[in-house]
Amino acid sequence: MNTNGSNYINDIKNFALNVRKNILEMAVSAGSSSAHFGGALSITEIISTLFSHQMRIDKKNPNWDERDRFILSKGHACLAYYASLCEIGYINKEELKTFEKNDTNLLGHPVLNKKIGIDFSNGSLGMGLSLGIGVAISSKKRKKNFNVYVILGDGECNEGSVWEAAMAAPNFKLNNLYAIIDKNNFQQTGANKDIMNVDSLNDKWASFGWHTEEIDGHDINKICETFKKIKNINKPKAIIANTIKGKGFSFSENNNDWHHSVLNKSFYDKAIIELEKK
Amino acid sequence: MSFINERNIKVWSTIGSRATLGIAALELSKSIENLMVLTCDVSTSAGLDRFRKTCPDKYLDVGIAEQNLIGIASGLASENFNVITTTFAPFQTMRCCEQIKVNLGYMGQKICMVGIASGLALGTLGFTHCCIEDIGILRSIPGITIISPADSLETVKALEAAVKSENPTYLRLTGSSNNPIVYKSDYNFEIGKSITIKNGKDITIFSSGSMVYQCLEASKLLESKNISAKVINMHTIKPIDKEAIKEACKTSLIVSVEEHNIIGGLGSAISEYKSTIKESPKQLTLGIKDTYGKGGDYNFLKEKHRLTPEKIVKDIILSIK
Repeated sequence: MNTNGSNYINDIKNFALNVRKNILEMAVSAGSSSAHFGGALSITEIISTLFSHQMRIDKKNPNWDERDRFILSKGHACLAYYASLCEIGYINKEELKTFEKNDTNLLGHPVLNKKIGIDFSNGSLGMGLSLGIGVAISSKKRKKNFNVYVILGDGECNEGSVWEAAMAAPNFKLNNLYAIIDKNNFQQTGANKDIMNVDSLNDKWASFGWHTEEIDGHDINKICETFKKIKNINKPKAIIANTIKGKGFSFSENNNDWHHSVLNKSFYDKAIIELEKK
Repeated sequence: MSFINERNIKVWSTIGSRATLGIAALELSKSIENLMVLTCDVSTSAGLDRFRKTCPDKYLDVGIAEQNLIGIASGLASENFNVITTTFAPFQTMRCCEQIKVNLGYMGQKICMVGIASGLALGTLGFTHCCIEDIGILRSIPGITIISPADSLETVKALEAAVKSENPTYLRLTGSSNNPIVYKSDYNFEIGKSITIKNGKDITIFSSGSMVYQCLEASKLLESKNISAKVINMHTIKPIDKEAIKEACKTSLIVSVEEHNIIGGLGSAISEYKSTIKESPKQLTLGIKDTYGKGGDYNFLKEKHRLTPEKIVKDIILSIK
């Protein structure tokens, strides 16, 4: 973790800006095959903070044994994942353009690929936290110090298997496990409250024995501060990150039409202009 | 393993393959450093109480949560742990079927899953606890080896082979305590390579798991009726031993006998390959005929589903006529 100097917040902001640019490039090159746009943009500040600041990684070696482990349980948000892996140098810009193309390494849900730093395939919801528990246990058994960060969706919390894992992690005393729940209030076909109300996530995770924090998931200062604050708490930690689906672009914010959609040239141009203003 | 001897083999047959599993796991833990055994609140049923007490660091009970079981096991496997998971067969295979697909199949995480009391052994508890579908379901997931050991000694040998193998494996344990002994002494076990346990020239009987002994007995009854039957222990159902099927096509009838639905199991696996062979013989597929029906004890169900030596012989003779 790099906390030297006061500029690290700006560094993360720049990282996030580049992640959004990468997301636009991939989404536009995917063309008619569509891309999960909204749920990738909602996790952009979280994943950028993780990859550029919070997680211990080796930019030269994706398989460094001491690295912190990352699992994108809401696998459909892979645009943000690939974009981040590109920013740390595990995927090159050219390869990003193969997103969802035939024979690509970068399908619409992450596929295990140790060469580019993807430790697990994901996409079927509700499976990632269990993987995280296994990895977190291995960190303890092997007397390693690495942490495990799992990003889940709020819609994903409909899945029963999430709660099997939520129940188990405190039982196994996994203080090295972080679950970050991207609470963007939408799922595939509408608002959580209209499909399956998941409120209050904070109470639910706390009642399962997790230390919980509820924060603005786009406030990079707050995200960093929170990780710092809870570092030594001797429990698995759940961060409910209140976010905006489609964050960053006027046309997509809180507009669930952008859950999985085609980014055409005119929207792309509009988005680029909006990014440049930031 | 060094602890295989005639006395042990007899003891294991008395306690059945489930209790044998616990003993074998304990033995394996001595030589395999990164072994982990994960269960879903079934340590006693799986004969793992001693393992749990002796190796608490290598044992993890995840509670009654099979989806989580496979996920945690996969997380550990990805960090190079050699993981055995176990619970009752229907829960080990179907409750977490999609986790098996994604983790063991798609990702290829190397785990050895052991389904205990598969088949009809738990018939008095009803068909929630019987398991006649596991082979069919898992066979359709690419990359998973499926083994159904014939007796307790083969359970030990198959577990060792699976743990040492590179591939994810499903070990299907059938039968109850007082398992009939097929193998009285040590022998060579190789994944994917069937074993001829009795020679014969007229017909070939393929079976696996608890049915191997039944078929051996059936072949003796057939001898008295002047039918010479070759009996093959097809312990590995996937990958299927194609050479053995090719060879069997030289006899006039192929019979498959399984404690499983006749759809999707050993019989299906054999016929999928047999159908590619020109002028191959007829196949008689014995097993549970795509039905649940009323339950009852193990012997009652074996009679009912015509899986005893006498009934197997009757069906074979009927088919030849």
